[in-house]
Amino acid sequence: MSVTTRRTRLAAAALAAVTAIGGLAACGNDDDEPAAGEKPAKLVVDTFGEFGYDELVKQYEKDTGIKVELRKTAQLGDYRPKLVRYLATGKGAADVTALEEGILNEFKANPRNWADLNPLVADHSKEFLPWKWELGKAPDGRLIGLPTDVGSLAVCYRKDLFEAAGLPTDRDQVSALWPDWKGFHDAGLKYKQGSGGKAFIDSITAVSNGVMFQGNGDLFYDKENNIIADTSPAVKNAWETATSMADISAKAGTWSPEWSGGFKQGTFAATFCPSWMLGIVADNSGPANKGKWDVAAVPGGGGNWGGSWLAVPEQSKYPKEAAKLAEYLTNAKSQVEAFKLKGPLPTNLEALKNDAFISYTNEYFSNAPTGKIFGESVAKIQPMYLGPKHQAVKENALEPALRAFENGQADKAKAWEQFTKDAKTQGAF
Amino acid sequence: MSLSATTARPSPAAPPPPDDSSRRRRGKLLNRLDVKYSPYLYIAPFFLIFGAFGLYPMMRTAWMSLHDWDMIGDHTFIGFDNYTRLVSDEYFWNALVNTFGIFALSTIPQLLLALFLANLLNRTFLRAKTFFRMAIFMPNVVSVAAVAIVFGMLFQREFGLFNWLLSFVGVDPVDWDGHRWSSWMAISSMVNWRWTGYNTLILLAGMQAIPKDLYEAAAIDGASPWRQFWQITLPMLKPTFIFVVILSTIGGMQLFTEPLLFANGNIIGGNQREFQTLAMYMYEMGIVNLNTAGYGAAVAWAIFMIIILVSLFNFLLVRRSAK
Repeated sequence: MSVTTRRTRLAAAALAAVTAIGGLAACGNDDDEPAAGEKPAKLVVDTFGEFGYDELVKQYEKDTGIKVELRKTAQLGDYRPKLVRYLATGKGAADVTALEEGILNEFKANPRNWADLNPLVADHSKEFLPWKWELGKAPDGRLIGLPTDVGSLAVCYRKDLFEAAGLPTDRDQVSALWPDWKGFHDAGLKYKQGSGGKAFIDSITAVSNGVMFQGNGDLFYDKENNIIADTSPAVKNAWETATSMADISAKAGTWSPEWSGGFKQGTFAATFCPSWMLGIVADNSGPANKGKWDVAAVPGGGGNWGGSWLAVPEQSKYPKEAAKLAEYLTNAKSQVEAFKLKGPLPTNLEALKNDAFISYTNEYFSNAPTGKIFGESVAKIQPMYLGPKHQAVKENALEPALRAFENGQADKAKAWEQFTKDAKTQGAF
Repeated sequence: MSLSATTARPSPAAPPPPDDSSRRRRGKLLNRLDVKYSPYLYIAPFFLIFGAFGLYPMMRTAWMSLHDWDMIGDHTFIGFDNYTRLVSDEYFWNALVNTFGIFALSTIPQLLLALFLANLLNRTFLRAKTFFRMAIFMPNVVSVAAVAIVFGMLFQREFGLFNWLLSFVGVDPVDWDGHRWSSWMAISSMVNWRWTGYNTLILLAGMQAIPKDLYEAAAIDGASPWRQFWQITLPMLKPTFIFVVILSTIGGMQLFTEPLLFANGNIIGGNQREFQTLAMYMYEMGIVNLNTAGYGAAVAWAIFMIIILVSLFNFLLVRRSAK
């Protein structure tokens, strides 16, 4: 072997090593702090599901000359880990970040990750549903989020299946069937009888979701963040109501394959729909079932499932402009526009009184006046206090225990024991 | 002309002699440096990358496991508290039992089947050998998420294929994710489907390395194929088999995607944690619960230790039984 080839070899090896080191070093810092008062060229907005911001953002770009990038994530389950990564590493978060009710609390537990909106925006405290506004505040008084939508409840039902089972189909008559949950259960039994034993609702966890947020008082936690799942009357009430519905349930837990397939197959005739769920029901049922669904009031009136806030992460380089953008996206006019486009229900009091909102009807659901139906139930939602690990207790303790009971894996006493034990373990960590 | 051409050749005196010797000396030095150091440079990229993406995360995880660590909040040093908590954590032991249950249900039949298939594929009389060898590897190429989704549909309670088939023999529909035994079976069937071919190919490669004259000699001595398999193939296959067992152990202890998708993405794996594996429990504690990241790190290290112990145990077991 000649000297030259050896030398080339050495150089190649050195080059390879240098490249490897260089490649690692390239992952370093690229912070460049903007000068004070500098206007941003671009703001980033992070949302999940559908917020209906596409048109609003175009208008904002035209008005301010600031470009807006909408980063949409389809599911909250994929959205949350990304957000955790941004906050844990201090990099990558959007300037305006949507926070859902269920995850808001755990992110609120570390308020220093978020900019205090109080000095950045005008005082809007009187413009929103009061309880919704309050939930946007951190324990230390910091205003973390401006309210977007609320997951007010209604009942989606299949007119054709109701008719076949001898139940009324007109939405007012249907709503009159169930002034309370007892009436709902009776209607379910009647349906079961009339249809030859078919299930009436999708699952009992959907029931517990609805009932829980109709209570007043604390759910899994008291105000001092002690876990009180085993003694809370609101939880007990939701538990009793939900378990009483097992005989009319199709045992198809929300989001399971049995559930999404069940819409097309008609394995259940009614389900609980927050406003944002209408699109999902329509997608799962397919165009063939258009006009067969309708929307009635929820038993007991009101009820809440989901809903979000817009927050500004502390790491945003333009907190002032980001707060202004959040302010714009949550004002009355914007909330009505978003509702008409994709269905998130307004929380701005003026938007809820707006004619364009109240008179809105949904074509897929037999032209049901969804604006009116949902708007009315919004007013009845009671403020609930959700502790730091509310979502974990609900998803990993309450709902599994209810499903275990529903599927016959545990009797009622045993399932309750499972729930209270798991709630303590989950909630106290 | 020819003569002048000869004289036109560069005279040996043209390059100055001192220059020549210094270049030679420099060449020697480079040569020595090359021999001494360039091997390290060649292997450097791997070690640098391993250090950054393997060793560092491990050490960081160990450090995290000694803290009460909130992913987006405070970290407090608490020593070995996370590990002592692990010992009395019911969910952890539950996950451990599930992991071993599914591991046993998938690894044992899988390796036996792989051994059987490899032996078949190794036969000389088989036609279209390459086709079968490739075909058997196909399941492994399919994305694990796709496998889990398809199997999840097959094992559905209402519209699933297996319950439909069972209905023909008069068996009531099974609530596959509602019991320990049925969920374990469903999950291990996914693992088996995906990894049997992979292990078959590795075992086949091991079989091919066994000298053919051993078999010829045995055949001349009148040994049956079955006897040849026991007396020649198995003992000679020992190192390969140990490798396959350890690989399966690592995979089995880290089982995550299949049970997670089988539970529709619910991290607790069944209404009563019937099939939550250790990796799922680690994810629940370390990622889903923001404020228990330190505890999740402790679970991660526990899994690491368990893999080492189980691999060692399997190694000893296989080495002994194959003697």
